[in-house]
Amino acid sequence: MRFASVFLLLLGWSGLALAVPQIQHWQTVNGAQVYFVPAHQLPMVDVRVVFDAGSARDGRHQGVAELTSDVMTEGAGKLDADTIAARFDAVGANFGSDAGRDSAVLSLRSLTDPQLLRPALHTMALILRDPTFPARALARERNRTLIALQAEKQNPGAVAEKAFFKALYGDHPYAHSPLGTPRSVRQLSRDDLRAFYRRYYVSRNAVVAIVGDLSRVQAEQMAQTLVGGLPAGRPAAALPPVPALPRARDIHLPQATAQTQVLMGEPVLRRGDPDYFALYVGNHILGGSGMVSRIAQEVREKRGLAYSAYSFFIPMRRAGPYQLGLQSKNSSADEALQVLRATLKRFLADGPSAKELKEAKENITGGFPLNIDSNSKLVGYLAMIGFYRLPLDYLGRFNSRVEAVTLAQIRDAFHRRVDPDRMVTVTVGGSAP
Amino acid sequence: MKRLTGILAAGTALLLSACAGNPAAAPGAAMSPEVTSGAVHERTLGNGLRIFVKEDHRAPVVVSQLWYKVGASYEHDGITGISHVLEHMMFQGTPKYPAGRFSRIIADQGGSENAFTAYDYTAYFQQLEKSRLPVAFRLEADRMHNLSLPPKNYAKELKVVMEERYMRTDDNPQALTNEQFDAAAFQLSPYHNPIIGWKNDIEHLTVHDVRNWYQSWYAPNNAILVVVGDVDPNRVFAEAERYFGPIKPSAVTPPKPRVEPVQLGERSIVVKAPAQVPYLIMGYKVPVLKTAREQWKPYALDVLAAVLDGGDSARFPSELVRGRQIATDVSASYDMTSRLADLFTFSGTPAKGRTVQQLEQAIRVQIDRLKRKPVSAAELARIKAQVTAAKIYQQDSMFYQAMQIGALEAVGLDWHIADTYPQRIAAVTPAQVMAVAKEYFVDDHLTVAVLKPQPLDGKAPHMAMPEGGANAIR
Repeated sequence: MRFASVFLLLLGWSGLALAVPQIQHWQTVNGAQVYFVPAHQLPMVDVRVVFDAGSARDGRHQGVAELTSDVMTEGAGKLDADTIAARFDAVGANFGSDAGRDSAVLSLRSLTDPQLLRPALHTMALILRDPTFPARALARERNRTLIALQAEKQNPGAVAEKAFFKALYGDHPYAHSPLGTPRSVRQLSRDDLRAFYRRYYVSRNAVVAIVGDLSRVQAEQMAQTLVGGLPAGRPAAALPPVPALPRARDIHLPQATAQTQVLMGEPVLRRGDPDYFALYVGNHILGGSGMVSRIAQEVREKRGLAYSAYSFFIPMRRAGPYQLGLQSKNSSADEALQVLRATLKRFLADGPSAKELKEAKENITGGFPLNIDSNSKLVGYLAMIGFYRLPLDYLGRFNSRVEAVTLAQIRDAFHRRVDPDRMVTVTVGGSAP
Repeated sequence: MKRLTGILAAGTALLLSACAGNPAAAPGAAMSPEVTSGAVHERTLGNGLRIFVKEDHRAPVVVSQLWYKVGASYEHDGITGISHVLEHMMFQGTPKYPAGRFSRIIADQGGSENAFTAYDYTAYFQQLEKSRLPVAFRLEADRMHNLSLPPKNYAKELKVVMEERYMRTDDNPQALTNEQFDAAAFQLSPYHNPIIGWKNDIEHLTVHDVRNWYQSWYAPNNAILVVVGDVDPNRVFAEAERYFGPIKPSAVTPPKPRVEPVQLGERSIVVKAPAQVPYLIMGYKVPVLKTAREQWKPYALDVLAAVLDGGDSARFPSELVRGRQIATDVSASYDMTSRLADLFTFSGTPAKGRTVQQLEQAIRVQIDRLKRKPVSAAELARIKAQVTAAKIYQQDSMFYQAMQIGALEAVGLDWHIADTYPQRIAAVTPAQVMAVAKEYFVDDHLTVAVLKPQPLDGKAPHMAMPEGGANAIR
């Protein structure tokens, strides 16, 4: 799971009198941060344990965060991978692990019947506390990663994204793919994984998010069971700031495709940034609101140049990308890119109209209840709030902060933070078979 | 905005289910008395529109889905993809709400909206704060019978659909292989054609064709309205009557049967496309709930799919991915709720250093074992536990609850099948699983497709390789 997901940007809060879930927050004895919302309508629980252990922590060992996350679930204590899988499946629980650039996550969905929940919880706790990183599992997952790296090459969207991050981030830890490179992955050893685990899977580097049919006491016990056995350790060090790009740069990667993939952008936004709301609402108008956004209107609705054309911010721990993109058949890709650039430039020059701002606010705030209408969505927000240390009333105050955004603030924020003359443009495709 | 295709096809073998058909109400009948079953309230309007309302008061929101009984499996040669093109054109306006107005109004209401086309249905949906449901009804009712289909917008939208095809299929070697595979497996059945349509057919569709298609299928008596959310069913029925009630029913001619002839021998094809990783897909002809003479058989096939691929402890991940390390990924897939007889498929990517031939052989050994040895009590217990839990998990999503009702009713299955599904699965015996494996996994009814990767630069063709080497990963 990646917190830097576009879906988490679609956040707002209506002025209507709606029940904002009250988030409960505490710290375990060994320093893990716990976030909890009780939900008693269904006899089930969702829990996520999040570590600051994404690929930004890879250091010299590119791909180690991802592979640690993969192999961790393949052996724990005296349990092998088959036994672990059988334990979760036997009680109907869904368990998984994943890593992105900022974070690594272990997640569990289970019924709350103690006969079912207890075995699932204890298996997950054992994985967190005592993963064995079996050599055979490492060899297999390394091979699967090598295949995944190879498969990326036949996916022009993935090729473009990889080149995009590399060009935006240069020497910064966000630059490389979380999968690593074929070379770096071949060199990763069991000791590398164990060292990574020992450094980053510690309670002071952990956030626990729980939503489900539990009392506060039960939730406290759950958090204690899961992370109580971890050493306290220390939080991950601050990531280096992201330098601004010096100048515009175009990168073309030829590939035998029908369409050319276009990605354009620069590093801009981190979570908790003072310009967050102005940029978020402004981008909603420019390219973040589906069919009604300016980019979709210009590229798709007026000209039929693409099926998908958009822009969004990916807010991360440090400045995440501002990304504008589309795909268009090779012969019209240039025209589509010109339209995309012109639409951005016009927005930067004139800003949104008062009518557009009003409509965006109505859309964002009116749609807020949809963003928290299920346990699975809510647990995602809890994990995000915890991981990025956002205030506990973040959900409750979201709509008022959207309402407070002015035309001048949007213009000003885009002027200062978004600069087409420094943007990277990646195109992949262009040589049809 | 994404226009989804085949939304139910994606690995929902254990999530959705179904049983015996039930005929839709005759158009023109008076409004039937309300039938309440569980938390789902049903009514049929005088014009034949069937309405299902499920209360879910967990959050102050509502989802509204309008399902039309038409999709790619209703199409014939020369006009494939027309249901999907029509779906796109449904966003291009009516006299009252010109192109873009629909989306603008829903956006102003804080709503989200979209649509999807599948083989057996086309559906349109809105998700809104609960008090705004009538807005969705007003717009949806209007475009049910007033679509403008302006030629200028049509020309533009056809380009968009072509871009969608490039993105989904032509530049995706696995999707391209699946398309060729379906076309090889089915000769007469409309499942032969891709949902998005063949490129040739899309290019030659006219706005006149699309208008005919719209007039043939879009009518209240060929539609199903499903609403799930924090609503009062009686108020929903009253609002539905207000907006949809005045629309006149029309004569809808059911599609011709087009029953696939019995396959007379194994088929095997190769697909060459720019790619890096080989891919294998195999499929056997099997019945579904709508076509099975004995109703337990689709459930037994569903259990069989779960034995192989229902969770990390199932046979495929534990034996082929982890144990023998023959596959990087491998899956078994079956959807018992299709409108027409379908395929039970196996697909996967060989592990590093393995070939598609080795993967195919390993899958055949697994199939053979199912024919010879009964599945264990532990495997059946595991599947039962998963199905029971999934039944609760599904209730966390209003959208999914509405999907279940709509997808079943749109193919003429009773939505109650979703409720009885866990019991029907629990009743399946090891002998029944063995019986369906023996009856349906017959070589003569098998189709196999293999993706043979070609250079990504589209230039130099692959040199001939020694036996077994062509598909090896380098």
